Amino acid sequence: MVISSLLRRRSRMIVALLAVAIGATILSGLITIYYDIPRQMGQEFRSYGANLVIVPSGNEATISMDTVKKAAAYLPAENLIGLAPYRYQTVKINEQPFMAAGTDLAEAQKTSPYWFVSGRWPESEGEALIGQEVSNVIRLLPGSLFTITGTDAKGAAFEREFTVSGVVQTGGTEEAFIFMSLPDFESMMDESGKVDAAECSISASGETLAEIAEKISANVPGVSPRLVKRVTESEGAVLTKLQALVYLVTVIVLLLTMICVATTMMAVVAERRREIGLRKALGAANRSIVFEFLGEGAFLGGLGGVFGAVFGFVFAQEVSVRVFSRSITFQPLLIPVTLVASVAVTALACLIPVRSATDVDPAIVLRGE
Amino acid sequence: MDLLELRDISKIYGTLKALQNINLTIKQGEWLAIMGPSGSGKTTMMNIIGCMDKPSAGSVILDGQTISRESAKNLTAIRRDKIGLIFQQFHLINYLTAVENVMVAQYYHSMPDEKEALLALERVGLANRAKHLPSQLSGGEQQRVCIARALINYPMLILADEPTGNLDETNEGIVLEIFRQLHREGSTIIVVTHDPEVAEEAQRTVVLEHGRIAHIHPHGSHPHGGGHDHHHHAEETEVPA
Ligand SMILES: Nc1ncnc2c1ncn2[C@@H]1O[C@H](COP(=O)(O)OP(=O)(O)OP(=O)(O)O)[C@@H](O)[C@H]1O
Ligand SMILES: [Mg+2]
Repeated sequence: MVISSLLRRRSRMIVALLAVAIGATILSGLITIYYDIPRQMGQEFRSYGANLVIVPSGNEATISMDTVKKAAAYLPAENLIGLAPYRYQTVKINEQPFMAAGTDLAEAQKTSPYWFVSGRWPESEGEALIGQEVSNVIRLLPGSLFTITGTDAKGAAFEREFTVSGVVQTGGTEEAFIFMSLPDFESMMDESGKVDAAECSISASGETLAEIAEKISANVPGVSPRLVKRVTESEGAVLTKLQALVYLVTVIVLLLTMICVATTMMAVVAERRREIGLRKALGAANRSIVFEFLGEGAFLGGLGGVFGAVFGFVFAQEVSVRVFSRSITFQPLLIPVTLVASVAVTALACLIPVRSATDVDPAIVLRGE
Repeated sequence: MDLLELRDISKIYGTLKALQNINLTIKQGEWLAIMGPSGSGKTTMMNIIGCMDKPSAGSVILDGQTISRESAKNLTAIRRDKIGLIFQQFHLINYLTAVENVMVAQYYHSMPDEKEALLALERVGLANRAKHLPSQLSGGEQQRVCIARALINYPMLILADEPTGNLDETNEGIVLEIFRQLHREGSTIIVVTHDPEVAEEAQRTVVLEHGRIAHIHPHGSHPHGGGHDHHHHAEETEVPA
């Protein structure tokens, strides 16, 4: 009887249902996005380079590779984008001083995805990637040969020939560097197993990074992990702003849904004034009238909530794919949350019209108003 | 036994005296008609008797209970349990079928019971119209649904405000026949009407003018056995269900 009575009044109910369903859809979509933003943006942000750097602590000059491995054990494997160890040494080309850097080239590409390389990254022994500044000074282009001279770790002079595989632009100090693989560097310098720093790129918030750093400095002697403040802080600020924006929009959508549902329910009450009077004349207590309208509201809210939970995920997925080019993880908890929220909002929106429904005077029925 | 007593009832709207010093008693099983020009206070009186309004002064005693002192909440309960209302405009809920409209009254009273509701429709000759919406029924049929709804909870008092006001003669006849039947079964009926022929059917007619009782006619020549004789007969042989 309730269902069929709703069906026979479907046009009005469809409007109300639509309002609730759209509201619930946007609500659940926005909440999904709200909670997915840090994850999505975290990966996005990682293109800005390393956010944690491990350097020697106190009076140490270098870190051993073993220590780096120990420290790496404290990094969350699933969120670790890359870890590139670096060893630096001043060398000379044509009697001009430059900084040579040996690193794990594959990892360096991951920690510094924003580097722009003309030519390519070194692939085989004896190849080097030179910074734009180096290229300007000594007029080297990809493919050209050049000779590095200097003093190795044992104090002996060396002279070594490299091929330029590419020229790198970074917009930073790296443009004055010459990058080569760590094995090349080590054989050139006649040493092994030591690095000056390790750059890590981790997809995590500032707080998580700080916790990781704390653990490493407490458990691994000889190293001091440092957050790259410039990166983590601006990430944090952007995240906060984005989330605040989504939060604001969510609240506005909730309010709009409430207004829409309340207006519809008010119209329903106004339309049914005479019917309410009749029901009261037939002996309906105020409580029954309230139950009836709230029940109807809750039913609309529940149904709208179900639609909302389903379409909300589709909506969030769509937004995520378009904006971040990544898919979203489904949050099962969001189904009950959306349901409860839309039932609560609809019930709340029904309160004012329901109160005016109980004010209807049964005497209007005989008066034939 | 007196079912209803109005003691010195007045109803005042602002400066307008809709009812003034009304005194009236109605016996169990009586059929009373109320007549009077428009604005004379007939509906106002029905609303007060029907527990939908309270008098400004005076007391109303229904079935031994002074209802004019009850709270709105109790009035609702009394209305539900003791009164059956029949309206000139029928007031059916337009999105419910005939039988569902009858069941609404059951719902607020106790429990909806479709079988019983169908029986009530059968009594007013609408068994084959039970699943129709009001818009698919004629005026006379709608009025009969309204009557079935008024009777479904076995009220001790049936109030009808212009029940035939919107009906043609044929349907008026059908409705009057139902009233006669109810009367024979011992129901107490109060009918407001403009139609002297309808009033003629009742045992007494109260005529209101400007909110006062102008006069009361007993109908000696009652078509169904005549006034008091019939009344006693009804009381002795048939008990309201
Ligand atoms: N709620 C109200 N507020 C103010 N005045 C009212 C109200 N209800 C009725 N009245 C006035 O009380 C008087 C009696 O009205 P009532 O409806 O009882 O007349 P009636 O005899 O039923 O008339 P009709 O035959 O036209 O139905 C009228 O003058 C009417 O305008
Ligand atoms: Mg009237």
